[in-house]
Amino acid sequence: MNKLNWLKPQWSILPVVMFFGVWEVVARFGLIPGHFFFPPFTTVVQEFYHLTANGVLVDNFLSSLIRVLIGFSTGSIAGIVIGTLMGYKENVDKTLHPIFSLLYPIPALGWLPILMLWFGIGEMLPIIIIFICSFFPVLYNTVTGIKTVDRNLIKVAKTLGASERNILITIALPLALPNIFTGLRLEAGMAWRVIIAAEMVAIPTGIGALLMKAESLIRIDIVIVCLIVLAVMCLSFERFFIFMEHKVTGKWR
Amino acid sequence: MPAVDLKGITNFICQDINLDILSGELLVLLGPNGAGKTTLLNVIAGLTEYEGSVFFDGIVVDRLPPQRRGIGYLFQDLMLFPHLDVASNIAYSLKVQGWPREKIETRVGELLDLMRIKHLSSRYPRNLSGGEKQRVALARALALSPGILLLDEPLSSLDLQTSKYLRSELKQLQRNLGITTLYVTHELAEAEEVADRIAIIHKGRIEQVGRSEEVFFYPANEKVVAFIGAPNILQCDSTRNLGQGLVEVRCGGLPIVVPHDGNSVQRIVLFPRDIYVSPMKPPGPEVNRFKGVISEIKAPPESIQIVIKAGNNQLVAEMPHYIFESMGLKVGQEIFLILKLRRIKVYEEKVSL
Repeated sequence: MNKLNWLKPQWSILPVVMFFGVWEVVARFGLIPGHFFFPPFTTVVQEFYHLTANGVLVDNFLSSLIRVLIGFSTGSIAGIVIGTLMGYKENVDKTLHPIFSLLYPIPALGWLPILMLWFGIGEMLPIIIIFICSFFPVLYNTVTGIKTVDRNLIKVAKTLGASERNILITIALPLALPNIFTGLRLEAGMAWRVIIAAEMVAIPTGIGALLMKAESLIRIDIVIVCLIVLAVMCLSFERFFIFMEHKVTGKWR
Repeated sequence: MPAVDLKGITNFICQDINLDILSGELLVLLGPNGAGKTTLLNVIAGLTEYEGSVFFDGIVVDRLPPQRRGIGYLFQDLMLFPHLDVASNIAYSLKVQGWPREKIETRVGELLDLMRIKHLSSRYPRNLSGGEKQRVALARALALSPGILLLDEPLSSLDLQTSKYLRSELKQLQRNLGITTLYVTHELAEAEEVADRIAIIHKGRIEQVGRSEEVFFYPANEKVVAFIGAPNILQCDSTRNLGQGLVEVRCGGLPIVVPHDGNSVQRIVLFPRDIYVSPMKPPGPEVNRFKGVISEIKAPPESIQIVIKAGNNQLVAEMPHYIFESMGLKVGQEIFLILKLRRIKVYEEKVSL
């Protein structure tokens, strides 16, 4: 058994390798009906290389990436700031909560038609969609995080001479971080899913748009390349926030 | 150090509480759960609403927010900030007051030394034992050198051993710093050990304030008796000094050795739970061991009380039901008693109340 120990960290790679292997074999030998629409894995890899080399994939990827980064960071920051105020100050919560609870159930993509008319088809459109998609979940996780901070810790801080602002910054916000990170982690992946959908429907550049173009040309290999890029980005964004959460709160949790 | 005066404090639990805590004194607030002990601490700290007035050294502080009352407050659950290490927990008040970094480091170093927790300075609260947390919380409360210290059941979360050890240390520290202290507990023995004076609180009212002997020998009313329990009070005829802080007194024909150093003893007091009872002669030296006859057995729900005639005294001993049942005691039976030496309290002079 011990001789196999070196394998353990790599263990999860094995099923993935097997998956690609089966895919390759099935597609190469036409083992399923309609194999015309099912390119082998190696063809997809080749296409990935082509698209990267001629810059098409890189350009579209960068457009999507920049939209996600801007929309997601502004949406999250707004969510954290307003969520903190709502969690800490009851009056702010009472004022904003009814409005937000009306807007929150609307799916981010549901805003697309109205935003297309208001802002036109341009760079602002996907950024606003991503903003909306990131804002609400981060907001509600922040509110919950701040509200669940033990009130006695706040009392202690008061007796130690801390002002309201001190308490918010040094006690409430740090203790709400685990909840805030939960919101960020979930939305980091979601932002990618939403941007692809938005680009497929309304915007002529980005991974989503490339996906639609490939579909109209029946280039299944390119479609699959786009899907793989999407999967990798969702995963690595979520992983990034898991890593950050551990880095920031791991010492005391 | 400021004296604390409470005048007519009334809120959802406190009912017209008047209480003076003298400068530098340790006053124990003793009472059952739900009596309003913690609420009264919160009143002094400014953390809860109240009517009436709180004075620090004669100055009204009712309008001052908790941040500006200059109080060290040790919460019952200690409430260390989980996201800060020990040194940062202690430094918290200094940081929010904007002390320069070097001064903070020096002060934190002093406090770590004072509480003997230097080795813990970079640990996080989740990695501390109960006793260690206790010391950190106390160091944090003392960081700004407050004039008033509020301790809410400071030892209740600790095991018996640690609690006993920290108790005397806490008292010593309070003496050395000369800090005016209000100490909340529901443990009689703990109160007696640390208190300069004891205030008995029951259902939001202060029932009695006095030195522990006063409270034990002359309980002010039924509620105080109900809480501290009716003690055995024995009149003493003569006192003989044995040296080493011990005297032998004769009470109703029994020679009883008690810890005492001073004038002749008038009365001694001993709580029913501090009398051991055995149907067989216990081994050991013949000190404070007597024979007696059971004259009555009472069985209130919480424990068994046995009335024993020993010499010319009527003594009440108390024990849990299961011990009583294991001994199979009956009225009229002859039994052996041990009076726990260190639990006997001595009264020297007559107190006028």
